[in-house]
Amino acid sequence: MTAIKTSIGRRSFLKTSALAGGGMMLSFSWLAGCKPTPDMVELPKEWFELNGYLKIGDNGLVTIMSPNPEIGQNVKTSMPMLVAEELDVDWKNVIVEQAPLNTTVFTRQLAGGSQSISQGWKSLRMAGATARRMLREAAAKAWQVPVDEITTEASMLYHKASGKSASYGEMASAAANIEVPKEVELKNNSDFKIIGTSRNNVDGQKIVTGQPLYGLDYRKEGMLIAMIAHPPAFGMKLKSVDDVQARSMPGIKDVFTIKTYPEDYAQQWCDVDSFPELVVVVGNTTWEVMNARKALKLEWEQFTDHEISSSTFWGTTVKIKVPGGLENSAQHAKVMNDLSAKAGKVVRKDGNPEAVFKKAAKVIERSYTAPFLAHNTMEPMNFFAHVTDEKAELVGPIQTPEFMEKSVAARLNLPLEKIDIQMTRQGGGFGRRLYGHFLVEAALISQQVKAPIKLIYTREDDMSFGVYRPAYHALYRAALDENNNLIAFHVKAGGIPESPLFANRFPAGAVDNYLAESWTAESNISVGAFRAPASNFIAGAEQSFLDEVAEAAGKDPIQFRIDLLNRVVSNPVGEKNDYEAKRLIGVLELVRSKSNWGQDIPEIHRGVSAYFCHDSYVAHVIDLKVDNGKPRVEKVHCAVDCGIVVNPIAAINLVEGGSVDGIGHAMYSGLTFTNGTPDQINFDKYRLIRHKEAPKAIDVHFVESDVDPTGLGEPPFPPVIGALANALYKATGKRHYQQPYLGAGITLG
Amino acid sequence: MATFNLTVNGKKQTVEADPATPVLWVLRDHLNLVGTKFGCGMAQCGACTIHVNGSATRSCMLPVSSVGDQRITTIEGLSEKGDHPVQKAWLEHDVPQCGYCQAGQIMSAAALLKENPNPTDEQIETAMNGNICRCGTYVRIKAAIKTASQNLNA
Repeated sequence: MTAIKTSIGRRSFLKTSALAGGGMMLSFSWLAGCKPTPDMVELPKEWFELNGYLKIGDNGLVTIMSPNPEIGQNVKTSMPMLVAEELDVDWKNVIVEQAPLNTTVFTRQLAGGSQSISQGWKSLRMAGATARRMLREAAAKAWQVPVDEITTEASMLYHKASGKSASYGEMASAAANIEVPKEVELKNNSDFKIIGTSRNNVDGQKIVTGQPLYGLDYRKEGMLIAMIAHPPAFGMKLKSVDDVQARSMPGIKDVFTIKTYPEDYAQQWCDVDSFPELVVVVGNTTWEVMNARKALKLEWEQFTDHEISSSTFWGTTVKIKVPGGLENSAQHAKVMNDLSAKAGKVVRKDGNPEAVFKKAAKVIERSYTAPFLAHNTMEPMNFFAHVTDEKAELVGPIQTPEFMEKSVAARLNLPLEKIDIQMTRQGGGFGRRLYGHFLVEAALISQQVKAPIKLIYTREDDMSFGVYRPAYHALYRAALDENNNLIAFHVKAGGIPESPLFANRFPAGAVDNYLAESWTAESNISVGAFRAPASNFIAGAEQSFLDEVAEAAGKDPIQFRIDLLNRVVSNPVGEKNDYEAKRLIGVLELVRSKSNWGQDIPEIHRGVSAYFCHDSYVAHVIDLKVDNGKPRVEKVHCAVDCGIVVNPIAAINLVEGGSVDGIGHAMYSGLTFTNGTPDQINFDKYRLIRHKEAPKAIDVHFVESDVDPTGLGEPPFPPVIGALANALYKATGKRHYQQPYLGAGITLG
Repeated sequence: MATFNLTVNGKKQTVEADPATPVLWVLRDHLNLVGTKFGCGMAQCGACTIHVNGSATRSCMLPVSSVGDQRITTIEGLSEKGDHPVQKAWLEHDVPQCGYCQAGQIMSAAALLKENPNPTDEQIETAMNGNICRCGTYVRIKAAIKTASQNLNA
């Protein structure tokens, strides 16, 4: 057992009567999650809050708060599972509620970096263990026996020697009066009863019956609908507004402009200021507001170079230059080619790569590119706001409530404690909802019209006011000696406006002579994190390149990687290598055995790839079959090492989804620009993978592990792109260097 | 503005709206039936799929004036207790990730199985191709449709 110091505040005693009439149907606020079983349950007469994470009813029902934003990564089920495990409660008796933003009770209420489970691993279990300890102490006191003799199982307390027992519900009232222990013991992994077992999505029943769950579904009495009009191109700002016609249209309440941030405002990393001034239309219904917005006569003009001050995620302040001008994709491609031809900033250098490349028997050089991507969460950006002089109430989908609370407070000039943020279930995140400018916009609109409003983006708004995945470029060179040993490796990677380079990831550490360079190009197009930032490009590029190098060396692509990794295990080059080579070998070996790699299967063309990011390790083998000239992914074999798997049924889903998502984006998706305007602003032109193009089957295998959980939402996405490219090569005889591969005339399905 | 008498999930509803208003917004804004989702507004993603006289229809481009006396069924009315074979199969396979597109997926799947209780993989893919899932749950959706099909035919 691990003993850990508790760090949760003193429990508060919460006495909540059941709704009038006693026994009731489950009937919480609609922000609450479902009970795992949807049957009617009796609500307790009283709830006893043992700490901010959980309360126990007098009838044994337990409510567990899920602290983090749920964007589809299953934390609303898997995080409460951690609490329930240590509480030793029967999962059948658990109700899950989405916690509001509360920085005094919860830590890191953020969906990002695939870290919810790893960061909550100790704190959530501690919350459950603390409550269990208090229940045991209450029982010991009631039965006048030593607390060490009290055992628990499935929501029951036992004293074996005397034969006494009580349910958690019976002891909840007394437990609420017990001092919070200073230290608690956590279970051994081998004693887990809930962690590691499959539990269905706690919102499942609500999802399949269409109950209100998402930000767009939220409504409040007297609520108006708001939409914004933003410049049609990056690099432009508002010049003039003629709203005469729009104002006169049915259902329209007001038309005005807002400045999202004042000019002297020090932005946070998650603030977005691409379009500083917006036109707002407010009315009764969505359709009326949409129509009035079309009737606005707006003039725009170009802005000139300027600088903004912004704090980074880590709190440092940086100045960012925002260049004027209207950008084009052709110009982006030229800029990237030009910069790639020049020397970059050296981020890591081992040995003497320049000299070794000169004397190499064989040098392979390849360049890879990928376009901007729009996140395209299925639920477009939106937020509810009700701002009065006293407070601001905000409800909706946001990945960074802790951060956006500060932006809203600063913009409204209200203290933090007057900002109340509630999180709805979110129709996808993928990084887009880290950037919560829409909260600030909604708050300003509500403040102006003095009414509750819901701000809605259309798909076109969502896609043209994006915080995109940057466009990337990577040049790779490999030097082989006469015996086909990899003797030098060079990567030079950059992007608009961020570099995708991870200089200390594989194959760093495996090659004596290694050079990693980085460059960036400025842009006024807003960019940000997109599922597995930077890894989402560089993994595919690197893993395609390594495939080509293995082929040139006449080696099996899996064994080629494993040989290099063995070198890292036994005798690593350099002092700082970010990954554990053994674990990367582990997933390669697992996928090799599970896919029966090396066996010729008629008509099947295979590609392999492996990558480390977000502290996890994933390897893919893709089986392609060509049918009527079209390749189709018959099967994806995937091996994952993410430490302990908390909820297998959902973890497998996430790996399946990440694999489909990676294949889809590499194959079909891309955002191009003409004079600062995105050329694709809806799904007629912006392609996302569809049913017919999806893999027919996906086999997911986890490495059995006792290591604390690491990331899972992001790691399966990057490597599958390399496996796809390598399988496409086998199927078509052509290597693919530019995403989306569809541009190379290939379709799947 | 005009008055429309609609039949939604078996109930008569009277709505005052601009005749061009898409049924999607009539459902969501006028009738507070928010299970039908807004995804694209141009019948490209399928999030807004409903049944009109039993056929899967994108509600985001369907003017309320064109409905007449046709029966509208939304996800809320697919079954009385949320136990339609497709809904049950979705829960059994734990299909949803973010869940936002799933109402539309379920409505498309239910319409498919009504027309063809025993679809092949290819028929499933064709019928479902208009429904995008950004989370990539396609493999589970197909498995759930097959389970629902088996249960319907059992």
